[in-house]
Order: sequence, then structure tokens, then C-alpha cells
Amino acid sequence: MEQVAVLQARVQREAAGRPVVDKRMTAEAATALIRDGDHVAIGGTLYSRTPMALVFALLRHRRRHLAVSRTLACYEIELFLATGALDRIVASWVGIGLPWGLPPVFRHYVETGQARYDEWSHLALGLRYKAGAMGVPFLPTLTMLGSDLARTLDLQTVTCPYTGEQLAAVPALNPDVALIHAHRADMFGNVQVDGYRHMDVDMARAARTVIVSAEEIVSTEEIAARPDQTMLPHFTVDAVVAAPYGAYPHECYGRYGPDLEHFDAYARSVREDGTVGALRYVERNVDAHADFAGFLAAAGPGRLAALGADAAELMPR
Amino acid sequence: MSANGNATPEEVMAITASRLLADHKVVFAGVGMPLLASAVARHLHAPHLTIVLEGGIIGTSLRPGRLPISTNEMRAAYGAQMLTDITDIFLYAQRGYFDYGFLGAAQVDMYGNINTSVIGSLEQPRVRLPGTGGANDIISLCNEVMIVTAHERRRFVERVDYVTSPGYLSGGDSRTRAGLVTGRLGPVVTDLALLDFEPASKRMRLRGLQAGVTVGQVREQTGFDLLVSEEVTELRPPSAQELAIYRDLRDGPAVAAAETVAAGSA
Repeated sequence: MEQVAVLQARVQREAAGRPVVDKRMTAEAATALIRDGDHVAIGGTLYSRTPMALVFALLRHRRRHLAVSRTLACYEIELFLATGALDRIVASWVGIGLPWGLPPVFRHYVETGQARYDEWSHLALGLRYKAGAMGVPFLPTLTMLGSDLARTLDLQTVTCPYTGEQLAAVPALNPDVALIHAHRADMFGNVQVDGYRHMDVDMARAARTVIVSAEEIVSTEEIAARPDQTMLPHFTVDAVVAAPYGAYPHECYGRYGPDLEHFDAYARSVREDGTVGALRYVERNVDAHADFAGFLAAAGPGRLAALGADAAELMPR
Repeated sequence: MSANGNATPEEVMAITASRLLADHKVVFAGVGMPLLASAVARHLHAPHLTIVLEGGIIGTSLRPGRLPISTNEMRAAYGAQMLTDITDIFLYAQRGYFDYGFLGAAQVDMYGNINTSVIGSLEQPRVRLPGTGGANDIISLCNEVMIVTAHERRRFVERVDYVTSPGYLSGGDSRTRAGLVTGRLGPVVTDLALLDFEPASKRMRLRGLQAGVTVGQVREQTGFDLLVSEEVTELRPPSAQELAIYRDLRDGPAVAAAETVAAGSA
């Protein structure tokens, strides 16, 4: 378990400055802020609102010795592993999705000890981000007690000073960087999402550097027209990236559904060829294109429109 | 044809589980069979059952034939009354709002401990599994947890390789001594039987048999010494109505109707 350094995270936040300036940049420039050895928290969950444009840009940089946290992680983990970027996974579950079986590249790296997997419970990881976001070193909870997960992680307990009850003490997690995909943001970093928020708010507020991609860049007036939809205020955000379809091939609530055929093709590729299959995926879908727009163009406007219709059909009306 | 007609083992389990869900309760379901079992209960005897999913989704309905494959996706939110975040959903569980939780199991032992982390040891895994997800939280925090899984000897083991999700640990009062003061294990539903945990020892105990199944068959598929209740009941096979609702939800009404016609002409 890494050293919890909440006060250090606070000192960095105090010193960082909160200039209200145009924070727009390309995905490549934004992810260049990530250094070898950083802990990167990835927003969304499994294949929902994954910041894929940012993930692809980070893959392109071929960073080394990263740790990645994400509560339910999808095949992006395998892409980081296969390209040699990832040493440690912090998650409650790692897979592709239930229909696609066990993830072979993840299995290979973890079973052979080439990558470490710190397995926390869903709530415990959520509370780790929340403690980080609250600026306190731990949060007490009734989950994870008595399990081998707690033993493996050397999770400590705490005694309530009022009642004497024993609780698990879940340590704060302050990631170096959080990557978040949203529906709308203005150039200053006021961020809005529709639908569920996953663990994005706590993850971002805990992080040292926050990079947000958005389906649309809108005016501050447009943000202010629906202030209750704002999930992060501008002073928590360091970089804003315009990324229409920026979660594709994953879904974005109300905008487009997941491209399950794309997942099928990926799963087949790694089932047959393991790490080589994952590397081939990166070569074809990331390295072969100048940017994420190139990847989207290869998917084709018809495909994206169909996924959009899919999402519209599921929305309340 | 078996005593359960043309119902598959999964359908038998789901329908057995659905009957155990009471009206005016809140169920924390996972995708797949638990979600379908909850939805069947809502269609029949429990119209006020509220279905909650770990993606932060409260009061969802299902669009027949368009079932979610993740608890965090749009199809899981269809018709929902509230959307919140993941941590928040589990805090409702910790507060005691969720009457039922549902869990499957790669391995489950005589005390209801569940392993979904590793086959073999963590240091030298034979298979590293995806991990707990919300299972550890569900078994720690929901008021009553139902385990639903296929009854196979390789699953029902004397001791799990790794306690991902704590049941009654080593039995007796060991669960509460570990600090798990909330939650209890309810029934275990399989394609062969209905089981529970004997109150003092907290060991798994046979309570009911699926139609046409014998105690010997259950023992054969259980890798530990199973307690048997003095009274073992025979469970009703799924009714035609239960099966029709289950299949409509799973496949969409048109597909389910076509399958019924095809089965009838076979």
C-alpha cells in the first residue's frame, strides 16, 4: 500500500494557483503532463464514460511504470500492460465485460508477477478517493472486514473513540492525475455530465492534476444556465480537451451506446494471440492515426450515428 | 423431459430466487440472472420491489430484450427513478436500506465464504480472476444476502482458496467477531436445491430440493459434509407463467413467443 500523504496533497493544492484562464489543449499536450511512475486514475466505470480519447493519447506517449486505478477496469488495462506502461493496477475488478470471459493479457501479467494487482472492494476504493477528496487521511467503514482482501492489503482497523466499535480504516488515495470524460465543459474547466457520475467527482477532487475531455466545449453562459448539472468547478480542473465521441468505443450516457462488436473483435484478438493481440490493437487503433479523430473516422460516421440512435432510444422522454 | 419441464438450470434458479423476494423491499441486484429474478418478482407477487444496481441506479425497470451486460450502462438505467454515483449507492447499503443482496460464486464453502479472486494461491495463482467488484461490500452490508449459483462439486468446496467475500468465516460467531456486525446470509439457491445456514454452527444446510432431485444427488455435487434439515421440502417447478415472463424479459416478447411456438411443434 502506498504511503498516504494527504497533507502533501493539500500543500500542492494550496500552491497550485487557480487562474481562470483558457485551459483548452489537445489530448496529446494534456497527457504529456503525465510522467513516468505517476498514479493515473481513470474516470467512468467499465465501458461507461471512459475517457478513451485521453487513454489513447496517453498510450501514444508510451510512459513507463505507471499505476492505474479504476474501480471496474475494462480492456484499456490490457493495452497499458501490453505496451509496457503499467506496473500496478488498483481496482475492484478487471475484465472486458461479463460476456467476454477472463481477460487473458491481465491474467498473463498478474499471474507471472510482471504487474501487481491491488484488489480493493468497490466501496473501499470509492471511499479511498472520497477521503482524498475530503482532505483526510482515512475513512471508517463496515466493509472489507474479516476478508482475505483486507489481510492481503494489510488494511488496518480503527476503534471508534465514542462507542468503542471496530471499523475498517480505508486510506486516502490522492492520484497524481485523474482523466475524466464529460458531456460539456467550458474553456475554464467548469464540467457538466448527464446521468450517473461513477466515482468521477471524488477521483478528480483527490487528484493533483485533473484532465477533462468533453463531448462539447460550451460557453460559461451555457454552464450557468444549468448550474445544478455542474460536477466540477473550474478551479479543480487543469486541462480541457475537446473530444466529441471521446468515450468511443465505450458508451457516453444519452449520447451513444457501446460498440459491442468492437469489443468482440478485441476479445477474439487477445484470446487468440494474447499480448501480441493487444499490441496489434494499439498499433491499428492508436499508433496508425494522427489523433483520436483519425480513429473515429476509421470507425465511420454510420457506425457512430447508429450508436447515437441506440442511446436516444433508451433515454427518458 | 425432467420434472422442471423445458426450463434450463438457470431459469430454475432464477425463478426459485424470485419467489423469495417479498413486496415493498429493496433488492441490490447484479446483471444477468439476479436482475431477471428481481424483475420476475416485480411482475408477479412483488410489484413494489425496488431494484437497485451498483452503477448508482435506483428503481430501474427493464426493457424486454434489451438487458444490460454491465451494472453501469444505459440499459441498466432504463426507467430509473434516480441516478447517483457508485460510492453513494454502497453507502445506502451501509446505512441498512437494502433488504436483499444477490451474489454468484466461482467458489463457495460450507460457511458461505465466497472466492472470486484466485484459483490456487494469490502468490502462485493458477487463475487470477477479475476480483470482487461489489461482492465483498454486498455480503458485508446488505441486510440479507442470497447466493445463487450452479450446484457443482468444484464450486461447493470445504474451504475457499481465498475469502474475497466473507460469509460466516469459520462459523459460530466468527463473522461478528471480525467486526462484521451488519448483514446476514439468507438462502442459497442452486439448480438442485435450496439451502440455508444452521443458526448455531453457521454451516450450510439443505432445506429444499428442486423438483425431481434427491438428497444423494445434492451430496454428490457438494464438496463438504452437508447438514440436512429434519424437514426437506420439494420445491415447485417453474410455472408456465413464470417461465413466460422470464423469457419475455430476457429475449423480448417477439423472440420468446417464436421460441414457444417452435418448442410446441417439436
